Amino acid sequence: MALIDYANPTRFLGLVEKLLPWLGALAALLIAVGLGLVFGIAPDDYQQGATVKIMFIHVPAAWLSMFGYSIMAASSLGTLIWRHPLADVSAKAAAPVGAAFTFVCLVTGSLWGKPMWGTWWEWDARLTSVLVLFIMYLGLIALWQTLEDPIKAGRAAAVLTLVGIVNIPIIKFSVDWWNTLHQPASVFRLGGPTIHPSMLWPLLVTALGFTVLFVTLHLMAMRNEILRRRIRTLRMLQASAVAG
Amino acid sequence: MSPIGALFVRELRLATRVGGGALMGALFFLIVVTVYPFGVGPDLNLLARIGPAILWIGALLATLLSLDRLFQADRDDGTLDLILMGEEPLELVVLVKCAAHWVATGLPLVLISPLLALFMNMEPIAIGSTMLTLAVGTPALTFIGAIGAGLTVTLRRGGLLLAILVLPLTVPILIFGVAAANAPVLQPAPFLTPFLLLSALTLFSAVIGPIAAAAALRFTSD
Repeated sequence: MALIDYANPTRFLGLVEKLLPWLGALAALLIAVGLGLVFGIAPDDYQQGATVKIMFIHVPAAWLSMFGYSIMAASSLGTLIWRHPLADVSAKAAAPVGAAFTFVCLVTGSLWGKPMWGTWWEWDARLTSVLVLFIMYLGLIALWQTLEDPIKAGRAAAVLTLVGIVNIPIIKFSVDWWNTLHQPASVFRLGGPTIHPSMLWPLLVTALGFTVLFVTLHLMAMRNEILRRRIRTLRMLQASAVAG
Repeated sequence: MSPIGALFVRELRLATRVGGGALMGALFFLIVVTVYPFGVGPDLNLLARIGPAILWIGALLATLLSLDRLFQADRDDGTLDLILMGEEPLELVVLVKCAAHWVATGLPLVLISPLLALFMNMEPIAIGSTMLTLAVGTPALTFIGAIGAGLTVTLRRGGLLLAILVLPLTVPILIFGVAAANAPVLQPAPFLTPFLLLSALTLFSAVIGPIAAAAALRFTSD
């Protein structure tokens, strides 16, 4: 069961086909339970009222936007160092999913900011760095769509992904380094979470649910990419057979 | 002359002769700065306040515009293949090419910036700080931009994609460059802190840029 065993796309596809129904069901179950907890158990905030519910979408999306980029960075190492054949498939498949979660994070943050901060957008360190992350996702997707050869495109994107990883710690620690409008970290911090358990547990359940959803979508995108490459190869063989 | 020295001289000669387009960046810089007052209105106080930022953004765009030629011409005539197969380490070659490119296109931007600062009605001390930060910061833009130039070298129309890929990475340079350039005007703000961070970014990108650009050139070459 080493990682290298799944260098064979057929074996990998077999595993994915077996895993996908279970992962999909688990994601649906966790998100359903999480939403039940959010609307049934988690109290309204004494200042923010019901708008605090936005947090249960916003915070997991923000974590996953960084998770997605980290997957791409790890896959890029796999592409450049070990030349693992599925690494660039994984990086390419993670980009649109990560971009989607980053977009959800930005939109929910904006919707939450309007009633709480009185503005849709603030050029605060964390908001700006997440926006830069979103632009970098889109730039990487553009790079993949411009280079025709998937192997070459994978390596070029891997170099750029690794250069861009500098932004991830900046996003993570921006609220600690600069004293800005966005509140500082309140879940993963030294000295334990500052958020009340009645809100922490629903948040963790929804976050886990969204993470499983991310993995499910990522595996589906990887499967599609492998099939797309097979079609591309078959078409090229067909074309060369006609020409030859 | 050592191969590296010869390469530097060659790059400079190519850039300054017909078809090199070394001064095109400076001309573009002039035009970008000139259109700002048409957009924001000829309010001299406002222009003086946002002048350092305008000059920085203009220099950033002018640098990006000239970068797609960094490796393109060498690829077109086959020089890039010789460089890739040559004995000199590719990272060092990229570093020298960047240095020559900066002397040909970045240095003119720094030299004409005081003139453009006068158009913006900036105070003498702000002119000095802007010129100093541009001199220290524009090499970082060239080094970071070299990564984009390496990635897009195989593309026919890579210029726009290059800008899209490189601009997010230049945000920190812009932040600290403008912060340091504005510091003497906004009195309580310190000049040295952002200036030292800007210098650190330049040194940092002088290492990361050539290594990543060399990797990109190797991986995307045929």
